[in-house]
Amino acid sequence: MADIATHDTDHATDHGHHSSTGLSNNKLAMWLFLGSECLLFGGLISTYMLYRGRVQNGPHPSQIYDVPFTSVSSFVLLMSSLTMVLAVSSAQRKDDSKTNLWLLITGLLGATFVGGQVYEFTTFYREGLGFTTSLFSSSFYSLTGFHGVHVSVGVIMLLSLRGIIKKGKITGDKAEVVELIGLYWHFVDIVWIIIFTLVYLIPS
Amino acid sequence: MSTNELTLTPSQSPGLVKSPLSISPSGSLGAVRRPVNTTGWREWLFTVDHKKIGIMYGCVAFVFFIVGGVEALFIRLQLALPDGRILSADKYNQMFTMHGTTMIFLFAMPMAAAFANYFLPLQIGARDVAFPRLNALSFWLFVSGGLILNASWFLGGAADGGWFMYAPNSGPVFSPSNGVDFWVLGLQIAGIASLIGSINLIVTVLNMRAPGMTLMKMPVFTWMILVVQFLLVFSLPVITVALVLLMFQRSYGATFFDVSQGADPLLWQHLFWIFGHPEVYVLILPGFGIISEVLPTFSRKPLFGYPFVVFSGASIGLVGFGVWAHHMFASGLGPVSVAVFSMATMAIAIPTGVKIFNWILTMWGGKIWYSVAMKFAIGLVVLFTIGGLSGVTHAVAPSDTQQTDTYYIVAHFHYVLVGGMMFGLFSGFYYWWPKVFGKMLNEKLGNWNFWLMLIGMNLTFGPMHILGLQGQPRRMYIWTEARAGEGFFNFGFWNLVSSIGSFVLAVGVLFFIINVIKTARNPERAPLDPWDARTLEWLTTSPPKVYNFDRIPVVHHLDEFFHRKYVEDETTHTMTQIATCEDLMRAEEAAADTGIHLPGPSYWPLLLAIGVAVLGMGVIYGTPIMVVGALVVLFSSFGWVLEPSVPEPIDFDSPSTDGHTKEIAPLG
Repeated sequence: MADIATHDTDHATDHGHHSSTGLSNNKLAMWLFLGSECLLFGGLISTYMLYRGRVQNGPHPSQIYDVPFTSVSSFVLLMSSLTMVLAVSSAQRKDDSKTNLWLLITGLLGATFVGGQVYEFTTFYREGLGFTTSLFSSSFYSLTGFHGVHVSVGVIMLLSLRGIIKKGKITGDKAEVVELIGLYWHFVDIVWIIIFTLVYLIPS
Repeated sequence: MSTNELTLTPSQSPGLVKSPLSISPSGSLGAVRRPVNTTGWREWLFTVDHKKIGIMYGCVAFVFFIVGGVEALFIRLQLALPDGRILSADKYNQMFTMHGTTMIFLFAMPMAAAFANYFLPLQIGARDVAFPRLNALSFWLFVSGGLILNASWFLGGAADGGWFMYAPNSGPVFSPSNGVDFWVLGLQIAGIASLIGSINLIVTVLNMRAPGMTLMKMPVFTWMILVVQFLLVFSLPVITVALVLLMFQRSYGATFFDVSQGADPLLWQHLFWIFGHPEVYVLILPGFGIISEVLPTFSRKPLFGYPFVVFSGASIGLVGFGVWAHHMFASGLGPVSVAVFSMATMAIAIPTGVKIFNWILTMWGGKIWYSVAMKFAIGLVVLFTIGGLSGVTHAVAPSDTQQTDTYYIVAHFHYVLVGGMMFGLFSGFYYWWPKVFGKMLNEKLGNWNFWLMLIGMNLTFGPMHILGLQGQPRRMYIWTEARAGEGFFNFGFWNLVSSIGSFVLAVGVLFFIINVIKTARNPERAPLDPWDARTLEWLTTSPPKVYNFDRIPVVHHLDEFFHRKYVEDETTHTMTQIATCEDLMRAEEAAADTGIHLPGPSYWPLLLAIGVAVLGMGVIYGTPIMVVGALVVLFSSFGWVLEPSVPEPIDFDSPSTDGHTKEIAPLG
């Protein structure tokens, strides 16, 4: 959805209108969307917390998590927040080539994280944790899978934005478009910090 | 200031409409040529005008209202006499499930969205909503969701688990037909529609009010819609989680509601009602907003205690998030939870009571004009109070455990929803019809409509209090003479009364339809300001111009339009008319803005909605269909992002030579 929310940027900001809140329409909409997303992840996290100890078949969480591996991929994702900040800052300085570079790096770091998740899911599946194995497995894959889809959508947005900037097709405030995707990206990272803590670090 | 329109002097316009970058003609168009100069049905299909979208919302919602109404009549026919044979047990289950689902998600919410879409920008003095294309997307997604929900009737049977669809009963073991799958997908899509719509309207209200219109000078209708949108933004994601979990279980074998695996049957109930209770206020608050406009207008008095009405509406919304478990008192939550939720639920009666007193005091001492709109508004106050009082009896947990799953509950929520929400919407129809269509609905037919609905409504749902207290369970598809009881409390008698009442109610609605048809054929135009109204939507023609206002009004008062017509005498506090609406309109037209640029029509909202619908169908009919849907979604998302929301000059067939764009709207 988030990519849709960015579409009106050219229109909403480039004519120098002031809004009642001081936030542009796009940014306000993005904040509301992220507020709504909090409740979405809230529901999924609650479901996981309810079911994480309920294992009738297959492996138990403590038997399967590889905390060092996930810590590394979490670190990669957190670093992508840093590069995202650098992309936003370059965009605000109207430095197109730097912006494109940081967007690319952010996208690649995100893709690395998603790749790590695919690897993790494959390993878990080989060890006998299918999507339908137990309450724990269904809620684990749903929660982390939903997060993975969010990261993937973010990667698609980052890389498409880069292409669009390169072709010079953004008619409005470029920096704001980058910032909007940045908001989304940081949100997805923050959610991961919560998921990583609750799912991997706290023993069930 | 609104960010959505661009007002220019002619000398500036050539420079400003150009984008900062030089774009070749093919470059600005995205993937396909933009439908800028559409006429006929295309004009509606690709429109992004909030008024056209509002009308389409209203029409589609009304069709679903008829569908849901016919389903209700089937239910009442089945129960009218002992051993009913109209419906089988299975069809009966589908009937009441779809009746509830249709009325809530496909009639009440979109009809409120129709009013919100049409009147919210007009009431705050804006030219459109913040995201016109997203607005169109909301509408088309709602249509997709509604069609998917109802397609189930023809594709193997509709959902049959009740509108709350409790899992594990709705899981694959107990509900093997595809009905629940259609239901789950239809509601997810309708949910995305509402979410997008709510974000759009919040941004519109917060960012695009006319100069001078502070939040506390906003009309109450706009306020209530704002509260509703916040409720939607924070409650829809929760039901989305529930729907996704159920979909994963039904379509992909997940275990969330599989009790044999140790699943908790209360999980669904919590997720559903965390959404479901705010949803109740999502349904009723627009009605409250509408009558808060109608009552002052027809009492010739300002709304009594405007800030109290606003803040009690907001606090109803806020507390509404903390009362969901009162739907679950019979599920064994434990005494602490029950006590807390019981208290919270009773607390909601306070702001609601405040509102009712405010409405009564608005009418007190006013010169009341008993138009049909006013009658419906008074009807709401009376019927909602009855429904609210029976609601308080549910808040008392010990009494609620006796009432749970009886017709007493059915009586309660139909009093608040039919008597409250629906009467509010009908009040809105009569009040705003001349604004939207430029013609007055017939008052005589309107009286038939009102009185038949009022009598029918009470005949239908009044006896259900008695039936419920006698213990007739909800969702009971058949009853027998032998167990109907004796005398006053005879089930048979009251069931028959209720069924007769439902047909009286239906005839009342039929009078509305006749009224609409008759009005459409009547050539007589409505006056500009037939009700001597108070708010900004009347400061334009009827129907409003494409760009809404000749110039953006500057607001100085609550009820700005009224204060432009009347001045108050300092000492006697009497109001003297200084201008008519016609005078005001002449002044506005004389000082009209020029060069108003409006967002252009677009293919993408419709195409994206179709893509989402196909994607959803793929969950039921297989991955290849899903892939097709995903590709359509991806393609239209990119087309959307690459298309500027205001058309470029080159989007028009022949760019005019003097550098001006051809206006979609004629200049004011």
